[in-house]
Amino acid sequence: MAVVEARNLTKVFKQGELGAVNNVNLETREGEFLVLLGPSGSGKTTLLRMIAGLETPTSGEIRIGGDIVNHLTPRERGIAMVFQSYALYPHLSVYNNIAFPLKAQKVPKEQHKQKVEWAAGLLGIERLLQRKPRELSGGERQRVALARAIVREPRVFLLDEPLSNLDAKLRASAREELDEFHDRIKTTTVYVTHDQVEAMALGDRVVVLHQGVVRQIGTPREVYDEPADTFVATFLGSPPMNLLEAEDAIVGFRPERFLPADLQTSGKRVSLRLHVQHSEFLGAERILYGILDGTRFRDKPVCARVSSSVLETYVPDTAYDFAVPEHELKFFDAKTGKRIPPRPLSWQ
Amino acid sequence: MAVENRRLGAAMFFPAIAFIVLLIGAPFALAVMYAFSDARIGSPGFHFVGFENFRSILQSPSFQAALRNSVVFTVCAQIIVIICSTILSIALEKPFRGRKFVRFLILLPWVAPISLGAIGWKWILDSIYSVITWVLVWAHVFKPYGAPMWLGEPHLAMASVILVHCWRLIPFSTVIMLAGRTAIPKDIPEAAAIDGAGFWRTLFQINIPMMAPIISVAVLFGTIFTFTDMTVVYILTAGGPFDSTQTLPSLAFATGIQGSDLAAGAATSLFLVPVLILIAYFMLRAAHRAEVA
Repeated sequence: MAVVEARNLTKVFKQGELGAVNNVNLETREGEFLVLLGPSGSGKTTLLRMIAGLETPTSGEIRIGGDIVNHLTPRERGIAMVFQSYALYPHLSVYNNIAFPLKAQKVPKEQHKQKVEWAAGLLGIERLLQRKPRELSGGERQRVALARAIVREPRVFLLDEPLSNLDAKLRASAREELDEFHDRIKTTTVYVTHDQVEAMALGDRVVVLHQGVVRQIGTPREVYDEPADTFVATFLGSPPMNLLEAEDAIVGFRPERFLPADLQTSGKRVSLRLHVQHSEFLGAERILYGILDGTRFRDKPVCARVSSSVLETYVPDTAYDFAVPEHELKFFDAKTGKRIPPRPLSWQ
Repeated sequence: MAVENRRLGAAMFFPAIAFIVLLIGAPFALAVMYAFSDARIGSPGFHFVGFENFRSILQSPSFQAALRNSVVFTVCAQIIVIICSTILSIALEKPFRGRKFVRFLILLPWVAPISLGAIGWKWILDSIYSVITWVLVWAHVFKPYGAPMWLGEPHLAMASVILVHCWRLIPFSTVIMLAGRTAIPKDIPEAAAIDGAGFWRTLFQINIPMMAPIISVAVLFGTIFTFTDMTVVYILTAGGPFDSTQTLPSLAFATGIQGSDLAAGAATSLFLVPVLILIAYFMLRAAHRAEVA
């Protein structure tokens, strides 16, 4: 187990263009599950590939376990990586796929069988050992890729969107398994995803990346509840945070905190009238899209997320009384988009 | 509509079928016929003689030498071609300055007419004007007039013929190999690098096995081109010295056309058929496997 650090890490693919990764600083903790989250093109995979040694940084430093590893090949870094495509060797059986890193790293032959069986057992794929990758389902392939990664007991695990090739149902169970798996082996893990649900569910901490720049590093709760800027505020959460521009500040609130006024009786709150334009019924909840009525924010689009257990029906083209608790309002600088302390705001 | 379609289909097929029937089928049938006859260029009439031609050529030392040479020629050339084209395909895979130009240069021997290339090599290997000999003499490897005759000594002549043929076939093989390498997803060699495999392990345990179907296509095509080729042999040595570079096709040409014994020439060339059928069978199987994979 080891800590991974990136210091002022930059990768520029084409000189003169914006880098894929720009001056990134981050540090995992011992045994942590760190998630790199960002939209496509945010540099998260490039960052992971630099840690793996598959990409050479333009500048900056990578340390694993305290040692600078910039000049080391992937094999010398003591890492294991699971690729998005799993990258199983198609011509080798599952057994030989898992044994490949042992052979490559010259682990004594008599230990191979026992280690392969240990890894396969950990992932519940003992009965697949004689099969070829093409005879496996997506979920099974993913487990083989994980088994191949753990068999050599790496210091650090790197996972590049390992769940994105699975269908929605399988993804949820695979996510849970991955979580359990990490709890058991407790190896420092860096996990790349563009899926915020995965990031929130799995991450001890989440690094939000945008255009190669770290926007925020924090626990899932921190990045969700206390976003550092408007990008993080809108990238996380579905539907995203409502943002209203007022003078030199932007005020934001989460759709699920924007509720019918009669449900919020205690505490200070801001009352707003929501003119519902259309609503989506999603089973457990209902999403209301509309514009604000009255106040200075007239006609600004907002949405609300109301639990289905609220029995009231919302008729399109009708205005309802809604409210937000005052402490749920987040303020951002209008120019930089950065978070600023709460300030008094006239709503009228 | 259906009738029209069928006519259109037939019309589209016609040129291919006509080509095969007229330029391959008919000469082949003729060759089979001649092989069982006593036809000569002066008297091409048909007199059935059974297996007489086959019996007599099997006993001829020239034929035995040609058969042996054909095998040596094909096997050696293919080994060299596959090794060289694998190396070239690795070298040409990653982008570098001037890669397009190098690719063009490498492809050149394949594009140039084989007779021109072979005549060029005939001069390069000539007993008097050989530029290789000149360089070696200049470098004091050999004394003047003491240099070997590249095409005049049995083993050297065979080696020369093999090398010239390789020079011609390598580009073709390299192109096939490059296509095969680009078909390997980039992730897989990367995964191997992460798993700790070095260059050789990745090459022999990952890349080459994954390219096996495409390599077998290259080998089988190359084998056919080599086994049936007579241009290089004919131009460089005409089978000599003392039949030491004679192959089945060149022997068939020499006896059938130049020696005017059509029947013996036809029988000689028919010996190629079983080998070629076998190769064609494996080729189709390999192509099928490449498609499936």
